[in-house]
Parts: sequence; structure tokens; C-alpha cells
Amino acid sequence: MMRMPRKETLTALMFISPWLIGLAVFTLYPLAASLYYSFTDFDVLSKPVWIGGGNYADMARDSVFWQSLYNTLFYAAFAIPLGLILSLLVAVLLNQAAKGQSVFRTLFFLPSIVPLVAVSMIWMFVFNGDFGLLNYLLTPVFDAVNGVLGTEYQPPNWLVASHLTKPTLILAGLWQIGGTVIIFLASLQDVPRSLYESAELDGANPAHRLWHITVPIISPVIYFNLIIGIINAMQIFVTPFILMPDGGTDRSALMYTVYLYDNAFRFNQMGYASAMAWVMFLIIVVLTWGATRLSRKHIYYAGA
Amino acid sequence: MQRKHLLMRIVTYTLLLIGAGVFAMPLIWMVLTALKPVDQAMANPPTFVPLRWYTELDGQRLQVGVIDLPEAPADDTPVPVQMVSQWRLDVAGESVPVALVTGSDPLPGVPAVDEVEVKLSYHRRATLDAAAIDAMAINDRNKELARGWLMGRDLPVRVVEADSVDPPPAGWVLAAFYKDDGTFLWRVPVPEPLLRKVYNTDADRVGASYSETELRTVARSELLQVFHPWDEHERIPFEELESVTLPFSALDSTVAPRFENFGRSIDEMEMFNTYLFNTLFLCLLTVVGTVISSAMVAYGFSRLDWPGRDKLFGVVLATMMIPFPVLMVPMYALFREMGWIGSLKPLWVPFFFAGAFNVFLLRQFFMTIPRDITEAARIDGCSELRIFLQIILPLAKPALMVVALFQFMATWNDFLGPQIYLADQEDFTLALGLLRFQSQHGGTPWHLIMAASTLVVMPVIVLFFVTQRTFIEGISMTGSKG
Repeated sequence: MMRMPRKETLTALMFISPWLIGLAVFTLYPLAASLYYSFTDFDVLSKPVWIGGGNYADMARDSVFWQSLYNTLFYAAFAIPLGLILSLLVAVLLNQAAKGQSVFRTLFFLPSIVPLVAVSMIWMFVFNGDFGLLNYLLTPVFDAVNGVLGTEYQPPNWLVASHLTKPTLILAGLWQIGGTVIIFLASLQDVPRSLYESAELDGANPAHRLWHITVPIISPVIYFNLIIGIINAMQIFVTPFILMPDGGTDRSALMYTVYLYDNAFRFNQMGYASAMAWVMFLIIVVLTWGATRLSRKHIYYAGA
Repeated sequence: MQRKHLLMRIVTYTLLLIGAGVFAMPLIWMVLTALKPVDQAMANPPTFVPLRWYTELDGQRLQVGVIDLPEAPADDTPVPVQMVSQWRLDVAGESVPVALVTGSDPLPGVPAVDEVEVKLSYHRRATLDAAAIDAMAINDRNKELARGWLMGRDLPVRVVEADSVDPPPAGWVLAAFYKDDGTFLWRVPVPEPLLRKVYNTDADRVGASYSETELRTVARSELLQVFHPWDEHERIPFEELESVTLPFSALDSTVAPRFENFGRSIDEMEMFNTYLFNTLFLCLLTVVGTVISSAMVAYGFSRLDWPGRDKLFGVVLATMMIPFPVLMVPMYALFREMGWIGSLKPLWVPFFFAGAFNVFLLRQFFMTIPRDITEAARIDGCSELRIFLQIILPLAKPALMVVALFQFMATWNDFLGPQIYLADQEDFTLALGLLRFQSQHGGTPWHLIMAASTLVVMPVIVLFFVTQRTFIEGISMTGSKG
């Protein structure tokens, strides 16, 4: 009797062995090593030298670090809520009974599968201050405003003007909400039709129905997307790395991960980079915990 | 009630159309720009479709460049137009392009001089036969090499200055042999009469490393001005741009997508085929690795009962929370220790050790397969490996497709990994190659950059259209079962 479960355990161990090895080599070891490096002076070429909390103390004094943290939090503070709201609205729109919804769904989703390097190339071109498509489309708006106010505003140089680099990244990020939209859309299809019908009989308008029926019912999915949103926004890398090299004008778009990358692979300060990585991990954990605390009261679980 | 519904429908369609337009615009703009010539790619106000502009010149229809087209032009609106022209001189019965030497051009208000100085580009060619090589003052080994490389081939030659220590005999010159594409082959003394002089007529020859120039003074009447279509701009030797202003009515245009931009961007990316091969190689290995290992692990976490299983699965989920930057530095140090930096290995080997997200996805799917199916096989004495391979995997095909698809896209699109681990251009992926292409050109040939981007984007879009259903279902699965 005792042999059976032991044999099954061995079989199971065999099946999960790839993950166990991967966990040890590509997760646990790097995790421990990274924590150790964060207390050392390490340039990869020579052995790490223990300096205690030196990297963390340096970080507190490093104005560029604070700048990159501020930029990233600024980005996240707008990109996450705007992304959630926009993708929920698009999902609601795509959930309406209308002809050609599969075509519309495809058009909204397509940007999300495009390689980020190519996306950056497109933005470099579209946001260009001299001949970019965006500024051309905005010209009539500026003309109208100038006509009314008697001012002489010009369409701006999005990628260069230091007060616009972060908004540009936020706008660019909103283009790739397709994945979130699809997840929302799937959850919307599970909301019972009967709820909407009875609400409509009670005279609730579409905004009411969205706020009082849809949002509470899909709240677990909103929470899921919020967490994914936090993790992704805090790690934004490719678009700022390519669109605003070296952090852009006055480092206005120097994002946390870009500065971390620079420290690790350009300045060879692997110890400092590891310390930065752990601080980032901590920030993500705190934000996730905060989001969980905040939303716990508002999440509605059909089963519970 | 009915009117309210109609209004709702109109609002829905309007919003859908506007939204879809906004979301599709950047991609459409990318493809449209990829098909334009460079001047239209950077025109402001922009031309939306790629055009060819024509005008009548001396009874001939000539393609011209219209760079700054005023908005909403009327028939008599003056339009600045550019034409590509070239001066030609008759040399021994052949029409040879020449450059007017700076200063020969008449200044405004100064009467034209009858004689002008012009520059001609030429190169020398030679064909060595066996006798010529035998007569050379070089050792036998080098003669052997010369036979292999040079004999019987008509090759470009450039006469180089011989060093004073070991000068070639009288009547001989030191000649550097090249291939036609400009690669240097060999330097060897040859008898001077063997060399022929050839005047260059195309841009590649004029710019080649073996070409030389000479100056001549000729009568202005000997020169002939020839116009070329605007599409040959910057592709013909000694080009002269003529700027004129024409009324808009003198111009007409046709829509003309420049599909040759794709070929040109591939050439300009230098190693496009290598990038493509590397990317596909990585896609293949990561897909195979992820699917096999994640399916195995997911099987262990879903179809087998063992103590601590669910606790350990909690660890699988927890590892998904770890941000990559935390692991980045030690992984780099580890791969460096193993001598893998500058090879493709760091980008595929880890994928044979199961990704947490994929294990999670597949486990959810495996759990929906009824127990009875596998119990029966187990009672019949089937090994777990056989149950996994012959029962579960065939049933889980849709879920395996999702994992394969996600992994393919992730590898194709990855930038940070290749950016960290790859050093040599021969190892670059398409994503890295595209960025290298853009940064090397400082962002001027936007039509070619957009063409290259289109080439990188198109495969994923085509793949998406082919597998749309699997894809959307896969993403939905992530959210609803999470």
C-alpha cells in the first residue's frame, strides 16, 4: 500500500523536473545572487566586493535615480487608469450587437501584437515635430484655437519637448491595450443578459448600467488587469529606450528600467543595478498589496 | 423606444468606426509610407498615397519631384518642382556623363563662357592570360594564386604608386586588381599596354573604389543635357537638380506604390537574411522547448496526485510576480561565466525549463479533461508517460497551440533579451537589426525604415489572421480563469 503513492510521487517529480531545474537555475539562484550583488560593488569582470548597504545609500543620494522613479510613477499614474478605462469602454463597445464586430475586434487588437521595436519606429515617425502625421492632423485644431484666442501656438515637438515626452509615452502605450480589451470582452460575455434587461425596464441609462451592473460583476477581472497593469507599467522599457535615448531632453523620459539597464550594461555597475532591481520589486509588491487592499471591499465574487 | 434603439445603434457604429480608424491608422500609415519615395515620405503636408508626378518637357513626359505641394492647389497655383538632369559629353562615340566643375557654372547676371571644365569618371580594366602571368616577376606560389584568382577574368584595375625599394620594370605598372563590386583582390605588377581605359556611365562605377577622375576643357556646345525620371534621383552619376516653378495645371500624377522599397530596405539592412534566420531559429527552439517542458510540468501538477502538489504550484504562480530586471544581472553573469554571451544560447536554452505562465495555462486546460479517460488507461497498465503522450497531448492540442503561438510571438517580438545577450551583428534578431538600421541612418530614409518595419511586422500579422480564433481564446483564458 505504501509503495503506490511513492511511485506516483517519483513519476510526478520526473514530470515536473524541467521546472524544478529551471526554478533552481533561472529563478532561485538569480534571485539569491541578485540580492547578494545588491550589497556589493560588482562589475562582472572581477569578483563582487561586499560594501554592505552602500548601493542603497548611494541610491538615496542619486538624483538621477529619483528622477527615473518619478518619471516611472508619473507614467504609471496615468497609463494604468487611462488604460483600464479605455480598454473597458472599448470592450463594452465591442460587446454591443453590431455587424462586423469580429473585424472591429481585430482592428483594435492588431496593435498589441506588433513588435515593440517596430512600434517605436512608427511612433518616431508619427510623433515627429516637423513632418509627423499627428501634428498634421492637429494643425486645424491649433488654427482654430489660435483663431479664437488670437494666439500663435504651434503643434509641439512631442519627442523632444521635456514636458511632453512622458505624455507621448502614455499616449503611445494606450495604443496597445488590445490584450486587456480581449480579457474584458471575455468577462463581459459572462454577464447575464437578464440583469441588463430588468435594469432597462427600470429605466437605467447605458452609463448607469455600466457603472452599477457591468463594473461590479466583472470586478475580479478589473482587479486582475489592474495588477498586470501595475507590473507592466513599472517595467516599461522598449519604447522609452528607443524613442528617447539617454532619457530624452533633461532626462524627462528616463524610465526606471532604462536607468537600471544603463547601470548594469553601460556603466558596468551591476551591484547598483541589482539594488535598483530589488527596490523596484519592493515597489511593485507594495503597489500590488495596496491595490489588493483597496479593491478587496469592492470586488464581487459570484461564487462567494 | 424604437427611436432610442436606432440612436444607440448609430452612436455604437460611429464610435466603433472612429475607434477602429484611430487604432488602425499608425499601421496603415506605416504601410503607405513604406510604398512612397523618400521625398513624399517626409512631405509636409503629407501625401497620403504614393504618387508619381509628371510634366511635359520638350514634348516628352518627364517624371518630376514635387516636394512641397501647397494645400488645396488651384490650376494657377505656382508649385516648386525639381527635375533630375545630367550633362553628357560624346567621348569616342559614347555618351559619357560628366560633372561641371564648380565655378564653370555661369553665375546669375554673368554671361556664360564658351568653354567649361568638366570632370569624367573612368576606370581601367585588364584581362590576364597565362602568358602574362608567366612573365611576372613573382614567385611560383604567387603565380599559382594569380592563375586561380585573376587568369582569364576581365577585372577592374587601379594603378597604384610603386614603392621605390622594389620598382616594377620599365613599361610596367603596379596594378591593384578588384572585383566589379569594389572588393580588392590583389596587387601585382603588369605591363602597361595590358590596361584599357573605360569611362563610367553608372553611379555604382563612379563611386567604386577603383574609379578615378580626369578633367577636360570642352566647348559648352559639346555638352548635352539629359533629363531622368525623378525616381532615379540619387541613383545616377553627376546628378544636377533643376528647380523650376510650374503652375499646378502643368502637372499630373498617377498613384504608384514603390514596391522596390522592400527590396532596397532588405539590401540596406545588410544582413537581413541572417537576422531572419536567427529569429526563426530562436522561434523554433523556444516554441519546441516551451511546449514540451510546460506540458510535462503541467501534467505533473494536474493529472498526478502527490503530497505538496498544490503548495508547490503556489510557488509556480509566485514566480510569475518576479520582475525580469531582478533576475537580469545574475543571469547575465551566469551566462557570461558559461561563455554564452555573444551566442544565441541564453535566448533559447532557458525555454526548455518550462515557463510559469504556460504551465499555469496548460494546467487549467488539463484539469478540464475528465479523470475517467485516464483512469481506464491506468487500470489497463498504461505508464504515465504513455498516458501523457497518447491521451492528454492529443486532447490538449488547442491549448498547446495557444502556448506555441504566444511563445512564437514573444520570441519574434523580444527586444530586451537579444539586446542584453547578443554582441555580434551575425547573431542579431530582426528586432535588433531593425533598430540598428534605424540608428545607423539617423532616421532620414523614412520610407525604407517603414518598409523594414513592415517586413518585421507582417509575419506576426499574417500569423494572427491565420490563427485568430486560437489566439483570442487563449487570451480570454488568461483572464477568466485567473
